[in-house]
Amino acid sequence: MSEHVIELRSATKAYGKQTVLHGVDLKVRRGEFLTLLGPSGCGKTTILRLLAGFESPTTGTVLLDGQDVTALPPEDRGVNTVFQSYALFPHMTVYDNVAFGPRIKGVGGSELDTRVMEALKTVKLDGFAQRKPAQLSGGQQQRVAIARALVNRPLVLLLDESLSALDYKLRKAMQIELKQLQRQLGITFVFVTHDQEEALSMSDRVVVMNAGNIQQIGTPREVYEQPENLFVAKFVGEINTLTGTVCAVHGDGSYDIDLFGHVIDLRARRSFAVGAEVSVLIRPEDLRIWREGEGTVEDLADLFPGTVEEVIYKGTTVDLIVRLTETRELLSTTQFFNEDDASGSLLDYRIGEPVHVDWVHGWEVILPHE
Amino acid sequence: MSDHALFKRVAIGTIAVWLLLFAFAPNLMVVIASFLTRGESEFLVWTPTTDAYARMLDPLYLHVFWNSFYLSAMTTLLCLVIGYPFAYLIARANPAVRPYLLLLVIIPFWTSSLVRTYAMIVILNTNGLLNTLLQSLGLIDEPLELLYTDGAVIAGLVYTLLPFMVLPLYAAIEKLDWRLVEAARDLGARKVRTFASVIIPLTSPGIVAGCMLVFLPGLGMFYVADFLGGSKTTLIGNLIQRQFLSARDWPFGSAASVTLTIVMGLMIGLYLLAAKRANAKVEV
Repeated sequence: MSEHVIELRSATKAYGKQTVLHGVDLKVRRGEFLTLLGPSGCGKTTILRLLAGFESPTTGTVLLDGQDVTALPPEDRGVNTVFQSYALFPHMTVYDNVAFGPRIKGVGGSELDTRVMEALKTVKLDGFAQRKPAQLSGGQQQRVAIARALVNRPLVLLLDESLSALDYKLRKAMQIELKQLQRQLGITFVFVTHDQEEALSMSDRVVVMNAGNIQQIGTPREVYEQPENLFVAKFVGEINTLTGTVCAVHGDGSYDIDLFGHVIDLRARRSFAVGAEVSVLIRPEDLRIWREGEGTVEDLADLFPGTVEEVIYKGTTVDLIVRLTETRELLSTTQFFNEDDASGSLLDYRIGEPVHVDWVHGWEVILPHE
Repeated sequence: MSDHALFKRVAIGTIAVWLLLFAFAPNLMVVIASFLTRGESEFLVWTPTTDAYARMLDPLYLHVFWNSFYLSAMTTLLCLVIGYPFAYLIARANPAVRPYLLLLVIIPFWTSSLVRTYAMIVILNTNGLLNTLLQSLGLIDEPLELLYTDGAVIAGLVYTLLPFMVLPLYAAIEKLDWRLVEAARDLGARKVRTFASVIIPLTSPGIVAGCMLVFLPGLGMFYVADFLGGSKTTLIGNLIQRQFLSARDWPFGSAASVTLTIVMGLMIGLYLLAAKRANAKVEV
């Protein structure tokens, strides 16, 4: 048994002159929930189709459980797909849909019945066996599609944007259910989505893709907190970018960075030379807002003056768009309500109100300017 | 009354009057004629009787019915076997080529089917194109007896009716959700299995429509049987035609027409019933 249940080795895919996948290497670990995340057209669905066998790579290899399956058609691979459109057979009952795979493998009689009903029970649809797909809601159809795939006990379950057709609440509920299902069954899931929130909340590891290349592979936390490049930083969650120049290098990995006159001592994971242009990336929730006469000023160099441009009340948070006085750049910030704040008057920002912005140093990410 | 409502009334009115005059009235006359008696000097005599229907039960005419159904069924089967792969190929062809392939199906309609049936004679004759070709290739020594056989009639019917099979099949196959085929393969189904349990059931409306469009006209295409089957092959269509034009037995011809119409109606009714059952299953 190979450690990696599925492996892509330098897989490229081209349609005519258009290359949609540029030499991708991907190893999927046994039992993990891996998400391919990226904007539409980034090649994530192509990867899924390569794994399922609907497409064959122009160059490169697909390995399934250590075996080269590049030339094998989908019907001979031990993987199953939950399609974006569910692709349930409309002329068959739920039962017959789920029984389709096992019947082909020669399962019949009471064993077939047990397996089908067990799969339907897993997705809580055991009372719907005799319905036709058209009589089910979108969420129920989704579950049938999952049951139809799971009943084959696949080595890997591939899910192609499987939740995107559901409404917000149902999607949230299905996210949790899918995650529980995956944990409970221990089957490897490869999930494709363009929704970064979905990717972060469900996955063990996230593969961020853009324009046919893998940008970063990491845990949701790594991808969110330590993006390897500007694309990942900007695609996964919201982020503010300030452009600065390195003006001094301290030996211990910290740098003096000049952000339009504010020289701040920051630590970076990468090494930079003096004079290098860098992007300082700060998440909206890491920015702090100081109102007039609020708090105590320790070092004025760390504070950026600005004005409130927009106030967006979101229930649990208040989001502000702040225009920096010096560069006219816009920053988006998220302020959390503080339960301990007895006055309750905080966060009642006015548009046009002058404020100062800073952040807890160390929570920023510094990347080479692109 | 608004212009729109007026247009609607005029349009529907025109069609209604047209159908009343040219479809309902003649059919009614046929039904009435079938219950009348044949006269010596005139076509019909006003003596009501069911003799004409009684004569239909004569083994001679039952045989004609049976023969017609057999030939038409064979024609339908052949059209389906030939038409399905053809329609499938068109539907799966590059969208840029598809209109031209469809054009190939439609081109024969530009020539009268009467003329095309005559052309079949030229091909199937003892000294016709096919025999000459086979002989020159050395495949046969003696010319084959091709014309004036059931085979020739079936060939003619298939040739004439094939487009009526291909077009509804094409429409059904083209509409087929290809992702379902992928889903079947994903679940382990090979080509034959996918075809039998997914593609065929999902294109069955096209199959049924095509079969009806071939089988029902196939029963009545008397000129094909006349030209290619000679006097040996008699279809219901020929029987009816002869009653009116040669035998001058209008009541019997009418009775045969009515019987044919009822049989066709029953078949359509059975199909609708089956379709309803299939749908009712969905509703349960």
